[in-house]
Amino acid sequence: MAAKSQICSIWLGSETGILKGVSLRKKQAFNFCEMSCLSRDQEVCVMAWGDPYESELLLGSVNGTVKTFSTDKGIFTATKECGDPSQGKFTGLAVTDSSMITCVESGLLKVWKEGSTDTVEVNVGKDICKMRQNQSQRHHVATGGKENPLKVWDLEKPDKPIFTAKNVAHDWLEMRVPVWVRDISFIADSDKIVTCTGHHKVRVYDPSTPQRRPVLEADFGEYPLTALSLPASQDAVVVGNTHGELAILDLRKGLVRGCFKGLAGAVRGLQCHPSLPLVASCGLDRFLRVHSLEDRSLQHKVYLKSRLNCVLLSSRDLESSSDSGDVEEVKAEEEDEVWDNMETVTEKTKKRAAEKDEAAVTGADGKKKRKQVNK
Amino acid sequence: MKAVKAPVEEMDQAECEVKEEKSASGPCFPPTFSVSEIKNKQRRHTMFLKLKEEKRKKRMELKKKKKKERKALDDKAPPKEVPKTIENQRIYDETTVNPEDEEVAFDEGTDEFSAYFNRLTNPKVLITTSDRPRGRTVRFCDQLATVIPHAYVYYRRGLALKKVIPQCISRGFTYLMVINEDRKVPNGMVLCHLPDGPTAHFKVSSVRLRKEMKRRGKNPTEHSPEVILNNFTTRLGHSIGRLFAALFPHDPQFVGRQVATFHNQRDFIFFRFHRYIFKNEKKVGIQELGPRFTLKLRSLQKGTFDSKFGEYEWVHKRHEMDSSRRKFHL
Repeated sequence: MAAKSQICSIWLGSETGILKGVSLRKKQAFNFCEMSCLSRDQEVCVMAWGDPYESELLLGSVNGTVKTFSTDKGIFTATKECGDPSQGKFTGLAVTDSSMITCVESGLLKVWKEGSTDTVEVNVGKDICKMRQNQSQRHHVATGGKENPLKVWDLEKPDKPIFTAKNVAHDWLEMRVPVWVRDISFIADSDKIVTCTGHHKVRVYDPSTPQRRPVLEADFGEYPLTALSLPASQDAVVVGNTHGELAILDLRKGLVRGCFKGLAGAVRGLQCHPSLPLVASCGLDRFLRVHSLEDRSLQHKVYLKSRLNCVLLSSRDLESSSDSGDVEEVKAEEEDEVWDNMETVTEKTKKRAAEKDEAAVTGADGKKKRKQVNK
Repeated sequence: MKAVKAPVEEMDQAECEVKEEKSASGPCFPPTFSVSEIKNKQRRHTMFLKLKEEKRKKRMELKKKKKKERKALDDKAPPKEVPKTIENQRIYDETTVNPEDEEVAFDEGTDEFSAYFNRLTNPKVLITTSDRPRGRTVRFCDQLATVIPHAYVYYRRGLALKKVIPQCISRGFTYLMVINEDRKVPNGMVLCHLPDGPTAHFKVSSVRLRKEMKRRGKNPTEHSPEVILNNFTTRLGHSIGRLFAALFPHDPQFVGRQVATFHNQRDFIFFRFHRYIFKNEKKVGIQELGPRFTLKLRSLQKGTFDSKFGEYEWVHKRHEMDSSRRKFHL
């Protein structure tokens, strides 16, 4: 099991309660579960890395337990009761330096301090669809749900949210616009937060300004958006909806840059690679698909037999294994630098040449015209 | 240049005429000559017919010769070649279900149909139509109700499906079937499994009602029929097959000698309803009872009917998915 789990670079949680690991380099998929004790109430709702070295994986199940999976050893090392199933499924799971944060559908957000049994409980309002952690300020979390606007909480001062979004203005019929936040993400290196809604809108909020309404609103498709992810490159967001439409949206003007093809069913989990231009998506069609963000082509497609709920990428290179990965990465970077230099030089000369050519062509045209006139 | 070329062209034409005269006696063209070069339309047509006939004769001769050879070789003859069809050239589908697969078995064992397959529920079907159904659709619904035991046809009365579904659940229905029509012709079917989905949306075509059928048997009896599901091999196909299987009661009454067949071929699902009889130990006779129709899956949605907010498990996307004629999804 250890050997298997160490080569896996993509982790998926399924509706049947199986944790799946996929190694793209070896083109193999593994199940990390006892096949004899499967049950539907172990359905994986949320997944998160337990530590920054990505050696521990936390899985939140429907029955209210959080399991710890060691990717080095390839076994489940711990199980913790973090709530009961009557309060709904997990909607978010995150870790800070010394504690674990869980959030359920009924809106009970709990902070579990390591080593002690007492918890900090925050009621963030009912019908929560998603809870996300700010990766740069790890004690900040954002929540949102049905008729529950985006709120940002500082867990060191959990009495009041530090930011509450205001609903957008009434529509052209003076009707209230319903609220339904389905997924949230913090934009790195800025205070901004991007959300997607069940009414196919993508909204960007900026808590650093006094404005509580979105600073940007974009529309995609006509079906509820279910997941969103931010790629490593700035000012874009990848969103997926219930019809299996996946697209990359530009956050500067809110336009669709392009769609990713090949999906057949609703998107449930979506994650962009932290450094490479890749996006992994999974959902009800039981496939894991990895697309390139650059040319939007399908890179990998893996059939995983169960409906998939969530996907988690390791931050290392997806195609190389853990032991030889570092060396290859360095090489690739060096090469990249070389290529970058070359490209810049050639581009410039090309441009100039093109300009000259154009000038020449226009000149020739001019001459022809003159000739025609003369005729 | 022109001055030089012109006589050559004239020469060519002259030659052509000569050729045509020759060919009139019998279609024996030089190898590079083609019928389409003949300028006279009538002539071209007759020549083409002759050529076609010639080709046919050759082909038949070749066939006869081959047959003779096979007969001469007798049992040493090489095995007959299997014709290439787009079905046996099908692109391999990785979701094809392996019956020994534990994970798929578990997934199917605990899905929404597991209550039926564990014999906990009995099917009860509500059949309704779109608003204001016209002639054929009404008759189609009536005939479907005679095929499916425990089926009740209700007039839609302009009700919203989302309001109908909770009422169906409270009255113990396990299926809601909606026949949609366009210009008096049934063209769509929504099949919603209750109480918690899934919902399948089909295109319906080539509906042939009982009255329009030749050599049809007497009207079906009320016995619950046997069900045959053919060729549902992939994971999606399995789900659809289970959806159809759960429409009918568990134990078929063999006294009725009636069979309902759902045959999947190239993603089209053909429905036929037969009565059979064993004439002797080897021979069996079948008689079609009707109706017959063809279904094509448009989408499979998780949960009960909710086309706006429902999550789709599979959606047929024409331009993305139909890129290859040899790729099938069921």
